[in-house]
Amino acid sequence: MTDSSLLRRITDPASRADPYPLYEELRRTPVLHEEEGGAYAVSRYHDILALLHDPRISSDDRRLADRGDDELPGPEGTVLPPSFIRLDPPEHDRLRRIANSAFGPPHRPHRIDGMRGELAGIVGELLDGLASAAAGGGEIDLVDEFAYPFPVTVICRLLGVPREDEPRFRGWVDVIVAGLDPETRHDPAAPAQRAARQARVQLGMYLAGLVEERSREPRDDMLSDLVAGRGPDGAMSTMEVLSTAVLLLIAGHETTVNLITNGMLTLLRHPEHLERLREDAAYGVPVVEELLRYEPPVQLLPSRTCITDIEVHGVTIPEGARIWLMLAAGNRDPERFADPGRFDPDRPDNEHLGFGSGVHICFGAPLARLEAQIALTELARRLDGPRLLQDPPPYRLSPVLRGPRHLPLGVDGVRPRQDG
Amino acid sequence: MHEPYHEWLRREGRIVVVGASLAGLRAAETLRAEGFAGSLTMIGDEPHPPYDRPPLSKAVLLGRAAPDRTELPRRREIDADWRLGVAAIGLDLAGRRVRLADGGEVPYDRLLIATGVRARPWPDEDEARLDGVFVLRTRGDAVRLHRRLKASPRRVFVIGAGFTGSEIASACRQQGLAVTVAERADAPLVGALGSVVGAVAADLHREGGVDLRTNVQVTALEGDRVGRVRAAHLSDGSVVETDVVVVALGAVRNTEWLAGSGLAAGPRGVACDAGCRAFDVRGIVTDDVFVAGDVARSPHPLFGYQFLSLEHWGNAVAQAEVAAHNMISGSSDRRPHLWVPAFWSSQFGVNIKSIGVPSMGTEIMITQGSLAERRFVGVYGHQGRVIAAVSFDNTRWLDFYQRLIETGAPFPVEFTTVDRRPEGRRPVPAAFPDPSLPTHGPTVTVSGYAPSDRRLVFTPARP
Ligand SMILES: Cc1cc2nc3c(=O)[nH]c(=O)nc-3n(C[C@H](O)[C@H](O)[C@H](O)COP(=O)(O)OP(=O)(O)OC[C@H]3O[C@@H](n4cnc5c(N)ncnc54)[C@H](O)[C@@H]3O)c2cc1C
Ligand code: HEM
Repeated sequence: MTDSSLLRRITDPASRADPYPLYEELRRTPVLHEEEGGAYAVSRYHDILALLHDPRISSDDRRLADRGDDELPGPEGTVLPPSFIRLDPPEHDRLRRIANSAFGPPHRPHRIDGMRGELAGIVGELLDGLASAAAGGGEIDLVDEFAYPFPVTVICRLLGVPREDEPRFRGWVDVIVAGLDPETRHDPAAPAQRAARQARVQLGMYLAGLVEERSREPRDDMLSDLVAGRGPDGAMSTMEVLSTAVLLLIAGHETTVNLITNGMLTLLRHPEHLERLREDAAYGVPVVEELLRYEPPVQLLPSRTCITDIEVHGVTIPEGARIWLMLAAGNRDPERFADPGRFDPDRPDNEHLGFGSGVHICFGAPLARLEAQIALTELARRLDGPRLLQDPPPYRLSPVLRGPRHLPLGVDGVRPRQDG
Repeated sequence: MHEPYHEWLRREGRIVVVGASLAGLRAAETLRAEGFAGSLTMIGDEPHPPYDRPPLSKAVLLGRAAPDRTELPRRREIDADWRLGVAAIGLDLAGRRVRLADGGEVPYDRLLIATGVRARPWPDEDEARLDGVFVLRTRGDAVRLHRRLKASPRRVFVIGAGFTGSEIASACRQQGLAVTVAERADAPLVGALGSVVGAVAADLHREGGVDLRTNVQVTALEGDRVGRVRAAHLSDGSVVETDVVVVALGAVRNTEWLAGSGLAAGPRGVACDAGCRAFDVRGIVTDDVFVAGDVARSPHPLFGYQFLSLEHWGNAVAQAEVAAHNMISGSSDRRPHLWVPAFWSSQFGVNIKSIGVPSMGTEIMITQGSLAERRFVGVYGHQGRVIAAVSFDNTRWLDFYQRLIETGAPFPVEFTTVDRRPEGRRPVPAAFPDPSLPTHGPTVTVSGYAPSDRRLVFTPARP
């Protein structure tokens, strides 16, 4: 049972290209617990949804035996406090409210919508950049040359990182994100890990400097709002601002890369939808929702734990046990979605689990949606004769943040921007 | 599979909906979505196509939404014969006809009654007619009140601190108007949520700058020589000068048009079974008249089969969908209306939501957050079971408490929860002014997720 255990097969990189048959098998045992001390995997839509709203479930890493290591050393080598994705109420709620007052309504209702033009500009430039590579009927890698640089640039603009610092900032982020790779993650001596630690220190110091500048001289950006603290909850401490900034960076990075890349892959596998998107930009909205159901960038939430014994589907999950909420399996639960294996942007009532649910529901969802809608629509419009050169493409190792490492595309060219 | 009658009904039957608002519209849409191809007539006494009411006491009063811009979004085309601006004035049950105020008659094979409620007027008719005295139920009410509020009155006097009165007070304060609220109970929202939560609501009012008067009744409204309201007299002898009075004393059910029809319709609404079929006065259920929305009273298995009258937006939608489905389905395909009551309100910057029937609760415990911080979840218990929950700025947890209600989970809530404070470990009396105590019966729980597979699990009472 051990080496062929289902959860091991799911996390095995060999399953990455198509984990969905395994999820189908998984749903047959709604709460799967295979190994002493191992996780309890919950895979049916309604059970997952219920647990995401269950106040007996904690997101606080400190309640778990083996915590993750995504904290960042602060300016003087101190460790940053956990960010709100890893906290329970009331701390979670306070920090999220302050972050929200810098991000959305009622205090900043236009922050995201106001970025529409800027996002289109970034996408436009990236696509212009592809034009030369594509010129001779060439080959492009959608990940390295488009999907990867896009979200970092967006986060820079959102936080208020000055343009001239963007290349440095992106350099650090690239190294940190590379360090999240499960292959090297647990080997502190690996060069990638050493480099990542180094980059964390540098990014931390850089951000601390920026925070100080913005508290002295506020501008119209998120960092300024976070330190100004306009809402009834006041401001975050500098350390809290730093962990929040890093959270936004990490949480909004690989997820968005994968959404765009999975999106293009799926559309190329279903060309009639790519065609329709090219004709009708409004189709981008349901396409992105269906992608979040059909190929969710966050496949599972691996670090929940219960603070008391709970019963799910007749199985008792003991206090302190680790729970895996299998979002991608729930998204294809036939009890909730008719014909779940079909990519169908027109499906009604598509309340997918792609952004989670409950108090930790994705904070960046409005931004992520807009980024993906603009990116996919522009790709559909401007890439001339795109085709998959490798199907399935090579995947990243992570079973949690799942997506292609590269997406080699053949293109006949890149059409010029349609301005307006 | 449908038997021949329902086949015919779906193909060419005549369905009449009286009350062209939320419940009426959603029922009509469901009928068409489920394949009803016959004729559909929508009768409404208001001149407008269906619009949404909740914004009237919120965004509209704040000037954030125009009163004539709150049309209900349409889910689909319904291809109906709209008879707007004309009231139904009578029902001939045996002859299956609705009589209209314009003298016309509309025959039906199936009738849906969705006439809702109207604002309870100020009992003294002369005082109610004074210029500056308002109620708030319709779009017209909202337009008139909004116009008056924009003219910077010196003070707004709100009678009744239920949800609507509290929302109006909040909206007025947000616009910087001086506001007095008079409430007969010891705090706002007491009837709906009890005194423990009412005390929090009272703090919200006072901190929001409302001059809140509790344990008082308004005894008279005083007008000036030209018939404008100028003051309100209270039972404690005080007099408050004001130029706007909003009467928020709850609602009256629109059932007068059914008087003498033979249906079990009266001041408490139109009684119907869990399948939304109306009862006649003999207590026999009809097969061709259905009821949905605020005007309906229906027995709910989770709450001791008590007949509940709910003035809840979500109930109107859910009940309309069930009624519509059942209108065109044979008995074995019919569904029960098992909606767990849910209500939301926003006032003084706080989102309040309740589920279940709080007023049946005898005790409450705060399982998450704290009353003092005005962010919490309170759970109501009744005879050892969780019967309701309320949240202040904590809506995202309520699905969990809904499951507790549906499964008849034990009360007090012993297990730990995130953000449980010391104050929340013990239940305290919920303190409703007039607790209604239904008798202890068998346990009934709900299972299933989709409307079509929701089931009741019946467990006989243990000795
Ligand atoms: C100001 C305000 C704020 C609210 N806020 C909330 C909230 O925050 N949350 C919430 O859950 N609910 C709220 N509600 C309640 C919610 O709006 C109602 O539950 C919902 O409107 C009920 O819909 P209905 O179709 O059953 O009844 P109604 O909307 O009352 O519609 C009944 C219709 O029938 C018409 N009618 C009556 N008699 C006749 C007749 N004889 N012939 C023809 N037509 C007739 C009426 O004029 C009306 O148009 C609020 C209501 C108001 C007024
Ligand atoms: C396609 C893109 C994205 C996907 C699929 C995604 C998915 C998710 C999911 C599933 C969660 C829930 C985590 C949990 O419950 O533990 C989450 C939380 C979060 N996301 Fe996203 N995300 C995306 C993009 C973004 C972006 C662009 C940002 C930042 C701007 C962002 C910021 C966050 C934050 C801050 C949280 C934590 C919220 C909390 O704990 O309250 N995400 N995201």
